[in-house]
Amino acid sequence: MDLFDKLEILANSAKYDVACTSSGVNRSSAGSLIGNAVSCGICHSFAADGRCISLLKVLQSNACVYNCQYCVNRVSNDIRRATFTPRELADLTIHFYQRNYIEGLFLSSAVVKSPDHTCEKMIETLRILREEYRFGGYIHAKAIPGADSLLLSRLGMLADRMSVNIELPSQKSLELLAPDKSKTAILRPMGLIREKISESKADLVRYRHAPQFAPAGQSTQMIIGATPDTDYQILNLSEALYRKYGLRRVFYSAYMPVVSSPHLPALDTKPPLLREHRLYQADWLLRFYGFTAGELLDEKHQSFNPYLDPKCNWAINHMELFPVEANKAPYELLLRVPGIGVTSAKRIVKARRVCSLDFAGLKKLGVVLKRAQYFLTCKGKAAEGVSITPDIVLRTLISERCQQLLPQEQEQLSLFTTAITREDVTQCLTGQL
Amino acid sequence: MPDRPTVIYCYDGTLEGLLCCIFESYERKEQPADIVTADRLQLSFYKVREIETDPAKAKRVEAGIRQKMSAESWDTVWLGWHSCHPERELLLYRFVRLGMRHGRQVLSMLADDTVSALTKAVRYLTREAHQYKQFVRFSAAGGVLTAEIEPKNDVLFLMAPHFCDRYRNNAFLIYDKTHRELLLHRPGQWAIFPAEDYIMPDVREDEQFYRALWKRFYDAIAVEGRISERRRMNHMPKRYWNHLTELDPRLPERMERPESAEKGERALLLPSEQE
Repeated sequence: MDLFDKLEILANSAKYDVACTSSGVNRSSAGSLIGNAVSCGICHSFAADGRCISLLKVLQSNACVYNCQYCVNRVSNDIRRATFTPRELADLTIHFYQRNYIEGLFLSSAVVKSPDHTCEKMIETLRILREEYRFGGYIHAKAIPGADSLLLSRLGMLADRMSVNIELPSQKSLELLAPDKSKTAILRPMGLIREKISESKADLVRYRHAPQFAPAGQSTQMIIGATPDTDYQILNLSEALYRKYGLRRVFYSAYMPVVSSPHLPALDTKPPLLREHRLYQADWLLRFYGFTAGELLDEKHQSFNPYLDPKCNWAINHMELFPVEANKAPYELLLRVPGIGVTSAKRIVKARRVCSLDFAGLKKLGVVLKRAQYFLTCKGKAAEGVSITPDIVLRTLISERCQQLLPQEQEQLSLFTTAITREDVTQCLTGQL
Repeated sequence: MPDRPTVIYCYDGTLEGLLCCIFESYERKEQPADIVTADRLQLSFYKVREIETDPAKAKRVEAGIRQKMSAESWDTVWLGWHSCHPERELLLYRFVRLGMRHGRQVLSMLADDTVSALTKAVRYLTREAHQYKQFVRFSAAGGVLTAEIEPKNDVLFLMAPHFCDRYRNNAFLIYDKTHRELLLHRPGQWAIFPAEDYIMPDVREDEQFYRALWKRFYDAIAVEGRISERRRMNHMPKRYWNHLTELDPRLPERMERPESAEKGERALLLPSEQE
């Protein structure tokens, strides 16, 4: 099989793993022959589906012995199988890297013969890159659930980021759809990676040149829409993972039907892209905006509002906190205003030290006034010519894309059956005037 | 100073020349209506004053900016100079005047028109430099990696540190077509030279092989159910597309590995193998 076919088959098999960043570690090329790492990450290209390509994302081999129902590489599926030799893959990485196509390698694998055997092959590829070619670029390696701790430790010393895919958000669905992988087999390597990372950080404090274990941290991925788990359960799980395992990122991948099975959605189901988008928005709120999962969703509201993003939804339900004064409100409260993001909030705090801000000034700072004007005052006064009625506020908060989802009877607010009712909104907003 | 401008300054088009204009305006206690180079000069009612470039005066202005405004302000001025804002001279002039009046906190006055416009221009410059770090594609020509870019802003000097670190032990060059500059690097040293009508060197025989491989990977990695031209263009503006290997329609889907590729499999990995 020639290199072109191998590359196509193994890239096709790896593309459902959405982790794509090359971020998290700053490293100059001083200790290597070629290559550096930049902590903000560099996206060298964008695929036709709009997702960033920053690493050579391939499997070492797709000849899997497991039979996970949702996976295109499962042993019972009839597809072409291929395997890279470690030398082949290392050479390909270097050639692409020199031409600035990639920041480094993203290496995963199907389970060939056994988890230990697979891990050894991956270690060999990384060893050639790091030790023979002295490659200083970015390497993201997947830990194979079930592999021995010593092998995983060796993998972590060669890679910058490691990850273990949770894939399915609940133990029940895991048992049903991926019987070869148990919950402990997935969580144990995550715990091991977390321990090794903190050991390595402690060593660095004592010895400046101590070798580093996965300096860019750990991440994971969950499939959305393959199982009946709700947004509330998924978000809670993400929050717990960030807290317990110190993950840098949780990735969400909308389920693309590739197989028909009694336990999975039908083959013609459209992938839940909006749900995936809402989850990423909520994930950002957890990490950068100081929200907790309980503030965004709860037992009574287990799914995200399809028309409003989670932040606007929260703001509409907590109108008693608004309007806030742009010149006096603390940074954490400014972050909660729809239309003000992290960058704008920082700029507001910086600019208001030297002069008082008005709405024209806020616009220059990059605040989206179309939304924020209903939630802010400047120097005590609300924006001119702005009337705060429930209808108008809701309409401006719904993004253009979601406006197309609205049914044609525009005046009925009863379409918002999920989180808010007309009475709630009228009470909140008119009570404020 | 009287507020009504009555002159236009004409300078030589360098940053030093601009600093001399600023010096002149303070010395004569006058405000220019515009600061232009000789080729942009148009007939107008204003008097035209030619400003000679004096390195000593330029140094004094630079020292004054660093001391009164801050080193960060000087960096902003320097970056603003390399941006492609059509009225950068006037913008920088107003910024310096504002800074001399308010001191260090001028950079926090983000709601002011001048500061806001200047920081926006600088942001545009640094964003374009970052995009070129992403989208520049090298080719192997002999033992040298070569690349060509067509930026709107003068970004070569911002890209240099990153690539000189990344390819520390390789020889490479980047040609800026718009500004006619060439960045040359070999292990241990780098420099930017003016280069009129530079012709890119011919690439090696096996270059097409690796380009075709990359294109094959690029086509395979997209998930069919999520194809969205709009999302791709949002992140990867069309003006970069003509230098992107993966979007080159002339590349074949498959190629025989050229003989030279067998021998050159590990070329460019070790500095001693470079020509």
